[in-house]
Amino acid sequence: MKDRFNLYRFASPATFYPLAGRLIPWFTALAVIFGLAGLWVGMLIAPTDFQQGEGYRIIFIHVPASWMSMFIYLVMAFWAAIGLAFNTRLSGMMAQALAPTGALMAFISLWTGALWGKPMWGAWWVWDARLTSELILLFLYIGYMALTAAIDDVRRADKAGGLMLLVGVVNVPIIYFSVKWWNTLHQGSSINLTKSSMATTMLWGMLLMAFCFWMYSIAVALVRARSIMLERERHTDWAKALLTGAEK
Amino acid sequence: MLKIVTAVIRRDLKLAMRRQADIVSALFFFIIVVSLFPLGIGPEADLLRKLAPGVLWVAALLATMLSLPRLFADDHRDGTLEQLALSPHPLGLVVTGKVIAHWLVSGLPLALIAPVLGLQFDLSVDALIVLTGAILLGTPALSGIGAIGAALTLGLRGGGVLLSLLVLPLYIPVLIFGAGAVDATVAGLGGEGHLSLLAALTFASLGFAPWATAAALKIALE
Amino acid sequence: MIYWKSFSDFLAMGGYGFYVWGSFGVTALIMLIEPILASRNQKTLIARLKRQLRAEARADQRNTAV
Repeated sequence: MKDRFNLYRFASPATFYPLAGRLIPWFTALAVIFGLAGLWVGMLIAPTDFQQGEGYRIIFIHVPASWMSMFIYLVMAFWAAIGLAFNTRLSGMMAQALAPTGALMAFISLWTGALWGKPMWGAWWVWDARLTSELILLFLYIGYMALTAAIDDVRRADKAGGLMLLVGVVNVPIIYFSVKWWNTLHQGSSINLTKSSMATTMLWGMLLMAFCFWMYSIAVALVRARSIMLERERHTDWAKALLTGAEK
Repeated sequence: MLKIVTAVIRRDLKLAMRRQADIVSALFFFIIVVSLFPLGIGPEADLLRKLAPGVLWVAALLATMLSLPRLFADDHRDGTLEQLALSPHPLGLVVTGKVIAHWLVSGLPLALIAPVLGLQFDLSVDALIVLTGAILLGTPALSGIGAIGAALTLGLRGGGVLLSLLVLPLYIPVLIFGAGAVDATVAGLGGEGHLSLLAALTFASLGFAPWATAAALKIALE
Repeated sequence: MIYWKSFSDFLAMGGYGFYVWGSFGVTALIMLIEPILASRNQKTLIARLKRQLRAEARADQRNTAV
């Protein structure tokens, strides 16, 4: 056995629970800092858009929420795959902890998209490929939460939910590439790895808000994960020690 | 390999024939739901013609949903499903057989009766032909994808509604291309593009779904 | 540095105020309520599990005392 720091230690709820507890304040702080910075740049510094006027500022919420809704699903699908392949307990807990946040991100994406679309393009909603597949993403999140809630045996719930996530994961590349494949209402991508067609302050505002949403999602998911871990493992020694010893 | 599939198909068809009421009632559900729309919307021919593809497709989706729990529930109840899972034959092949049998008694009748119902909506002959072809082409995908949902929700209380919640989002692409093919034909643009995408969906789901379903069954039977 | 000339300009958002603040408002609400609910859930859970442990401990005591 190597004498190095072994990350696999944290694959057990007994060790991950306190680690998560220590990490939550840090991620919360990062979320607040990035959020304030992003709002400062996006709402106070960034100039108006030539074509869309001030209404474009919704982008500072809409794009980060959309990115997070897709990213969280991919992370959940990753944990589902790990759980199905290696029969680990913690991966199923992480997936379930992330689901509500992902669903809310998808909802925010659709909500802000509608509020952006109405003044700009005259419609609260159109059935173009990107909007439809984002709506499907929201349905997939809700379906996952309903399925895992309906199964009493948590191991079966984790595995069934995980399989469902993997079946639906094909939807995420569809959302992402839909604006390239179909030329409909939703505008094309303005950012790729090497260049961007946005003004610098606007870009920075968006990236800062994206980091804010990312840190926020991790913080909330860790809080939920701790509840799930404690509930499921309540009969173990470490949980009992924690409950009889701790005050919080 | 083919022998396993045909054996399963023959068995499931034989069992389905003993319970013809189930098949017929799903078919009548389709007919009634489709017929409700002109009653609710009014007899204006232009409006009905525009709505027809969507209405027929949604009704087909719902009728398929109704018959999905039957796919595994009966075998699960009497223990046959566990025996099938324990057998040396790949469970994915067994599922393929069941999906094909399911399509033969649910999707195929829907496709055959759809043109008759399409007449209620004053669709042109071209549109009716494309509609029938689209439903024929798309319903196998519905059976395949639905099997995954049926396996995931095996034995759960509130199973039917939960099954719909899981499966309907996955059905949306089939609905879009299936109805879109008819819309395109009506608009004079030709439905070939939509039909080819529909065919791609069916082949992809028939290739992939039985194995996902087999995995879901193993999870449910543990 | 700051783009806006006055606070009322900022609130009006060039006429798009309803849409911009409707977006930011709902998002802020969600991102406040979600973590609050999650941490309250955690606290209630801990309280409930502690109660259960105490009840089990008392039951054990009674059983061993007999």
